[in-house]
Amino acid sequence: MKKFSSLLHNLILTPSRNTKIKLLQDYFNKLDINRSYALAILSDQLSFQFIKASKLRELVYEQVDQHLFDYSYDYVGDLAETISLIWPTKKEGKSQNLSTLIENIKKIKKSEINTEFSKILSGLSNNERWTLIKICTGGLRIGVSERLVKTALADLYNKSVNEIEEIWHGLEFPYQNLFQWLKNETSKPKIDFKKLFHPMMLANPIDEEKDFKRLDANEFQAEYKWDGIRVQLMVSSKSVSLYSRTGDNISSAFPEIIETTKGDAVIDGELLVGRNFKPSGFNDLQQRLNRKKASKDLQNKFPVFIRAYDILFYKGKDLRKFSLLERRKYLEKFQKENKTNQIDLSSIINFSTWKELTKYKNNFHDDLNEGVMIKLKNSEYLPGRKKGYWYKWKKNPKLVDAILMYAQRGHGKRSSYYSDFTFGVWKESELVPIGKAYSGYTDKELLVLDKFIRNNTINKFGPVREVKKEIILEVAFDDVFTSTRHKSGVAMRFPRIHRIRWDKPVNEVLTISEFKKEFKLS
Amino acid sequence: MDFINHQLFIKDINVHIDPILPKKTAIITHGHADHARFGHDHVIATRQTIDIMKIRYGDKCAKKFTPLRYGQKYSIKNYDFTLYPAGHILGSAQVLIEKNNHRLVITGDYKVGKDETCKNFKLVKCDTLITEATFGLPIFQHPDPKDEIQKLIRSVKINKNNCHIVGAYALGKAQRVMNLLRQQKYNETIYIHGSLEKLCQYYSKEKINIGKFEKVSSKDKNFYEGKIIIAPPSALKDRWSRRFPNPIICMASGWMTVKQRAKQQGIELPLVISDHSDWNELLDTIKKSKAKNILITHGQEDALVYYCKKQNLVSKPLSIQGRSDEEIE
Ligand SMILES: [Zn+2]
Repeated sequence: MKKFSSLLHNLILTPSRNTKIKLLQDYFNKLDINRSYALAILSDQLSFQFIKASKLRELVYEQVDQHLFDYSYDYVGDLAETISLIWPTKKEGKSQNLSTLIENIKKIKKSEINTEFSKILSGLSNNERWTLIKICTGGLRIGVSERLVKTALADLYNKSVNEIEEIWHGLEFPYQNLFQWLKNETSKPKIDFKKLFHPMMLANPIDEEKDFKRLDANEFQAEYKWDGIRVQLMVSSKSVSLYSRTGDNISSAFPEIIETTKGDAVIDGELLVGRNFKPSGFNDLQQRLNRKKASKDLQNKFPVFIRAYDILFYKGKDLRKFSLLERRKYLEKFQKENKTNQIDLSSIINFSTWKELTKYKNNFHDDLNEGVMIKLKNSEYLPGRKKGYWYKWKKNPKLVDAILMYAQRGHGKRSSYYSDFTFGVWKESELVPIGKAYSGYTDKELLVLDKFIRNNTINKFGPVREVKKEIILEVAFDDVFTSTRHKSGVAMRFPRIHRIRWDKPVNEVLTISEFKKEFKLS
Repeated sequence: MDFINHQLFIKDINVHIDPILPKKTAIITHGHADHARFGHDHVIATRQTIDIMKIRYGDKCAKKFTPLRYGQKYSIKNYDFTLYPAGHILGSAQVLIEKNNHRLVITGDYKVGKDETCKNFKLVKCDTLITEATFGLPIFQHPDPKDEIQKLIRSVKINKNNCHIVGAYALGKAQRVMNLLRQQKYNETIYIHGSLEKLCQYYSKEKINIGKFEKVSSKDKNFYEGKIIIAPPSALKDRWSRRFPNPIICMASGWMTVKQRAKQQGIELPLVISDHSDWNELLDTIKKSKAKNILITHGQEDALVYYCKKQNLVSKPLSIQGRSDEEIE
C-alpha cells in the first residue's frame, strides 16, 4: 500500500506525461497480485458497494466535530484529502500489501463496517488513507487516463498500445492472461469480440473559423445531434444487452429495448424518450435515468427508443474498418430486417456547403437536438476522440444577463478560488437566484471575480459569501425548464459564464417574469 | 482590553502594532512585509527586526528606532510593553501590553516547534490573547520538519540529473530550510536566488548555521545538475527557473499539507515546513495562556473562533486590512 499510495501521490503532482509514464513503469516493473489490484484501480474497475462518500462522512463525524470538519472540507475542497488529513492520527500500524488490505476490506461484514473500517483508516499514514478513500469513492482524478496506463505497460513490455486496447474490454481481474502475455510467457489472450462492449467513437467540437476553411464539405455527411444518452446495443440470437458510453451494462433499466430487439449486430445510437419516434426532451428522459429497473407504469409514461447512428458488427462481421458510407448501408439493412417500435435511424442532412449547414444547426424547428454532427464519409469506426473524423457543432447557446449574488469556493483544482457563482434576476426590488455556474470563464476572468468576491463580501453563510450586487454575468445555457423545486420557478440546463458584462448597469437586467416570457416558460 | 481597537491601534497613546500605513509610533513584531512597513516615525522592535527592516528598506526606513531586548520593559505613559520570542523567524516577537493589571498579548506570527534559526517561542500568560490563525483548521498538523527535509535529500540522491529548486520565502523560511539541511548533514554548497543574498549573509553574521551558500550565476547549464537551489516562490514560475537543467520544483510551506494546493501551484515535491503554529499548537497556546478573551487576527479564523466559543472563551475575529489569507509570509 505504501508503494501504491506514493505512486498516486507522485502522479497527481507530476505535470509531465513522460514522468508519469516513468513512474507507472517503475511501479509495474514487477507483475504480481498487488499490480493486478493497482491496474483495476487505475482503470476504475474496482469499487466497494457499501463505502461511499456518505458513509465516509458518517465515520469522520464519529471522530471529529462536524463543524470543524465542514470548515476544513470547505477549505480543501476534496473529500478524500480532507478526511485523510483531519483523521486523528493513531499509531500507524504495520504497512499492509495493497491486495491484503483490499481483501480485508471486502471481508468486513456490513454490520461491523463502522468500527472495522475506522480501525483500518486509523492504522494508515495520511497518504495511504487518502489513497484508500480515493479507491473507495471511485474516480481517482489524478490526471492519469486508462490510455496512459496502457501506454506505459506497452512500452515497458515491448507491445503496441493498440494491441492492448483491442483486448482490453475482454480482460478481467486479476488480468492473469494479460500479465503472462506481457511477460512473453503466453500468446495474446483470445477474446470473443461479439460479447464485448466496444469503446465508442466520439466527436471533437468544430472550430468554426479554422475547420470550415480547411475541410471540404463534400467529404462529410451531417446528422442531428440528439439530446439523449449515447448507447451501444448488442444483439445476437442468444441475448440483447445495452451499454452506456462508459461501458456500463444498463440493460435492466430499459426492458422494452431488450425484449423487442432482434437480429445479430452491434449498434451505436442515442437513447431517447418519446412516442412514435418523436423525442420528448431530456427532462422526460431524466425520469428513466439513474434507475436500475423500470416499472410497467414508468415504461408507459416515458417510453424509450433508440435512434441508431452507426453499426459496428453485422452478423458476426466486424465493420469497424469499413467506411461510414458502407456501414450506413449495413445499418439500413439491419433496420429493414428487424423492424421494431424501439429503433429508428438517424436521418442524414443534405447539404453542399458549410453555410447551408448553418441553418440546419440553428433553425431546427424544435429544441430537441443540440446541433449537428459532422462526420467524414469515409471514416472508420475508431475508438475515442480521434481528431479529424467526427465533429460536433452545437447550436448557439441561449444567453441571459444576470447579477452575481453569491459565491463559493470551487472544488478540486479550483479550491483556492471563489469559482462557483450563483446569479439572479430581479423580482420587484429584490433579486431571485436563477442558477449556479462553475465554468465557462477564462482564467483571467476567474481571478477578477475571485478578487471582487474577496473585497466585496457583505455576508457569510458558512462557506457561501454574499457579495455586493454589482457584477453582471452573461450566462450561457442549453435550456431552461420550469421547476417547482427552485424559488425562482426555473431551472437551467448546463449554465456557464459566457463573459462579464462590464458595460451594462444592473438595473437593465431582466425581471423574472420577463425572463420567463423571453424563454417561453409559462 | 478596550484600549486597543481591531486595527491593533492604541488611541490613548497613539501607538500601532504592525500597521500597514506609515504611523507615528509602530511596534513591529517581525520583519515580514505584511507586518513591517516603510515610513513610520518611530519603530520599536527587537534589534534583529530593526536590522532586517534596514536591510530590506534601507537605513532611513523610519526616522527613529528603539531596539528592545526580549523581556525588557518599555513604558509609554501608563502602558508597559515587553517583547517575548515568537519562534517565527529571526528577531520575531510577541508583544505583551500591561495596563492597570490587565495583560494583553499580541502573538504576531508564531510557532511553538523548535527552530535553530531563531529564539524559541515563549509562552506568556495573559488575560487577553490576540493570536494569529494562519493554519487555524484541524487539517493542519505539521509533520516533523526533519522528515520533510529528508524527502528533499532523498530526491536529490535519486534524481542525479535534475536540479531541485526549492521555493521558500526570502526571509526566514529560506534560511530555515538551509539550516535543516545542515542539521541533516547535507554539506554541499547551497545555491540561492539573488534576492536572498543579503538576508542569508545577515543570518550567517548572526551565527545561524546555514552553511556554505553561493548566488546562482550564469554558469554552464549542467553545472546545477544534482544541486539544491533556493528561490522565493515568485521566481518558481517565471523565466528565471527555466534556465536550470530538468528542474524539480519544490516548495517549503505549511500550505503544502494540501495536495490540491501543491498541484495548483505546479509543485512536484511539496515539503510541509511551516513557520506558523499548526492547529494543535494554536489550541495548546490558547489553553496554556489562561486567557479568557481570545481575539483572532489573520488566517482561517472561523474554525478557531468556533472552537474557542465551544470552550466558553470569549472570542471573535479581527479583520485586519491588508492581510488576506494565503498571502501571509
Ligand atoms: Zn511572518
